[in-house]
Amino acid sequence: MADKITLTIDNQPVTVAPGTTILKAAEQIGVKIPTICYHDYCTANGLCRICVVEVEGSRTLVPACIGKVSEGMKVQTHTERVETSRRTILEMLASSVDLSEAPDIQEYIVEYHADTARFPEAEERQPSVIDDNPMFIRDYAKCILCWRCVQVCADDAQYTYAINFTGRGYETQIGTFFNKSLPETTCVFCGQCVGVCPTGALKPKREWLLQNGFSQNEIMELTRSQRKQHTRREVPVANKVEQE
Amino acid sequence: MENIDLTPLLPVLEKYSPQGQTALLPALQDAQEIYGYVPEQAAIEISKGLRVPLAEIHGVLEFYSLLYNKPVGKTVVHVCTDPACAMAGAESLLKVMNRKLEFHVEKGERLPSITVEKAPCLGLCEHAPALMVQGKPVAPGTSDTWEDIVAGKTHLARPSISGDIAILTAGCNQGKPTELAGYIKMNGYAALQKALQMTPQSVIAEVKASGLVGRGGAAFPTGVKWEGAANTPMEPKYVVCNADEAEPGTFKDRIMMENMPHRILEGIIIAAYAIGANKGYMYIRGEYLVPYQVMNHAVEEARQAGYLGKNILGSGFDFDLELRRGAGAYVCGEETALFESIEGKRGFPRVKPPFPTTHGLFGKPTVINNVETLCNVPFILLEGASGYRKIGTEKSPGPKLFCLSGDVEKPGLYEVPFGVTFRHLLEDLAGGVRHGKKMKAALFGGAAGAFAIEKDLDVRLTFEDLRSAGLPLGSGVITVFDETRDMKDICLRLAHFFADESCGKCFPCQIGTQRQYEILQRVMQGDTLPGDMERLRDIGQTMTDSSICGLGQTAGLAIASATRLWPELFQPQ
Repeated sequence: MADKITLTIDNQPVTVAPGTTILKAAEQIGVKIPTICYHDYCTANGLCRICVVEVEGSRTLVPACIGKVSEGMKVQTHTERVETSRRTILEMLASSVDLSEAPDIQEYIVEYHADTARFPEAEERQPSVIDDNPMFIRDYAKCILCWRCVQVCADDAQYTYAINFTGRGYETQIGTFFNKSLPETTCVFCGQCVGVCPTGALKPKREWLLQNGFSQNEIMELTRSQRKQHTRREVPVANKVEQE
Repeated sequence: MENIDLTPLLPVLEKYSPQGQTALLPALQDAQEIYGYVPEQAAIEISKGLRVPLAEIHGVLEFYSLLYNKPVGKTVVHVCTDPACAMAGAESLLKVMNRKLEFHVEKGERLPSITVEKAPCLGLCEHAPALMVQGKPVAPGTSDTWEDIVAGKTHLARPSISGDIAILTAGCNQGKPTELAGYIKMNGYAALQKALQMTPQSVIAEVKASGLVGRGGAAFPTGVKWEGAANTPMEPKYVVCNADEAEPGTFKDRIMMENMPHRILEGIIIAAYAIGANKGYMYIRGEYLVPYQVMNHAVEEARQAGYLGKNILGSGFDFDLELRRGAGAYVCGEETALFESIEGKRGFPRVKPPFPTTHGLFGKPTVINNVETLCNVPFILLEGASGYRKIGTEKSPGPKLFCLSGDVEKPGLYEVPFGVTFRHLLEDLAGGVRHGKKMKAALFGGAAGAFAIEKDLDVRLTFEDLRSAGLPLGSGVITVFDETRDMKDICLRLAHFFADESCGKCFPCQIGTQRQYEILQRVMQGDTLPGDMERLRDIGQTMTDSSICGLGQTAGLAIASATRLWPELFQPQ
């Protein structure tokens, strides 16, 4: 294989190492491609498709976050087809979940002239907040299913495997084994999932309580008593299995 | 958590533990066989035995519609409500089934004695409306009592199998599976014997020269696929037979499995020899219990007779085949989602490239072929590429199976050479539109297809002619609608199908199929909003351009073709 690959992105030539993604090659010459689910330290899966670009000769658009460069490739990052996909994806996202704490996505909505009211009468995903532990809350009404939390809980970082998916299609959510509370699972409360969540769906308990008008002292009281409750609790069966 | 007796589960764990995660679906299916559903405790034991994290097991349980993590009725009834069955009265059948539900009280809970579920296409379109009781197809004829139906006492009529030629379907009209002895009498396994005397390279060369392309819908050249896997310098290699037939309106693979299992096996073994695979899998749709049983028996027969196993027919070539059952997920017909499913995971399609020929099942070079594709292989080996090319047209050589259903006089499976016209198939072979009515439209290629209308009647059924007519051949499915049918209702059913079957991995399809369904609901109710046509167009284009897999990429096509043919249906009233 050649040491270097030369391609053009928006008619600008760029030379990169083989195996480089279109996204990284574009970064090198200052071409900005939007991303939502992509995270530098998580396995890229090409889920959100906001990073799609047009590659000459390709039947479909190509996700830049996973699409690898090839010699002589011709990439266009802002064609009409690309913009239609990006705008529609943003409009559909806005019709599905609460994006109020997702600043990046909000910027894209402005940039791509996405109409957040494009899909009237759309069924939103509005599950109630899960407050089952003293460390963080799970507000899946804000979850866009970027998979980062599931991945860092598994092979991308922690190897804890406390969370996975429930349902499928539009009904997909992040959940635990038989929907148990997090303290009853293998969760070690490392906080990595909270760290990578892009939309505020996973949030430190303290931050959430502050947002809900609790004072510092009230928060201390509340979380301390919660913590005590949990240390007295017997190790549940589900955890025992995983420890064996 | 309910206390259950784990003793009957122990042999299951013993059997599957050594395999690890790849045995997850079989283990869960066996547990469900024992308990009627997969109880939490059983899932915990399976987690320990197979060493799969608990959350992941739950994720798998939640993904597949035929796996239950809560108790269901002792008898599970599936009623198909996709277009062909809906036109034959599936909705009223469903109402009758639900009205007659009996309840019993257990541990203070009021439980139905049977569970009635709406199902996606059950692949029984020629018997519409399709009904399955505990996995067994039954005939919901008007003269049968409801009790007889639920008891599974009513039997289906023999499927209609005919056509201009009988190459793939030769011997399929016995009304029962052809056993090994019968298959050998009709020169069965002679192609395998011939192949084993050739070099693998020359077997591949013959298949390449025949011009055979995949019959599952993607029409990829089979020989090129085999060559790609054979040339990948990595071991082991796998052959997978894709029998996860689930495209609404398609039932050809079911009929092949039920009638001529050894022809499929012979094709699989030849493919394995050609690429140098010693292990193969056949992934059969979960709803296809009877075909699974027939295939299972055929595999046993083939093993006994030395067509499978070590040193096949004294050639020194070893190959064995494992049957796997799906668990209710249309997306698993997508090749990479099917691999994930065999590996014991949720059926999420993978990103391509890399392609299966280099990174397939378990990350190894894999050839995955559809049932009908493999049925062509013995004939190609026996007659040679030139003999094969005498059938069909130059660009579309060979025989093709078509599944005709809906408003036709004789729904059934038809084998024809590529190149006959749609009119010939519909009028000469299938007896025309039912009750002498006129055809309003015909859906080519299933839910992922497009509508044909009267002007398309004389189109020749070949890849090249259909492409220029803007119609997909797909897997060879044609559902006919007469002049009285409401196309809005048909489109709504297609939209519902995709919303139900989207895996949820990529955003365009996960949300797009849902939004498309919602808009079609409005259209159906006469509440169409200004701009709905444009919404459908943008959703469709985004799904086609930007979805990960074929499901999303085709989820808007049939509806887009309907909006072009009948724009007035999609305008606000």
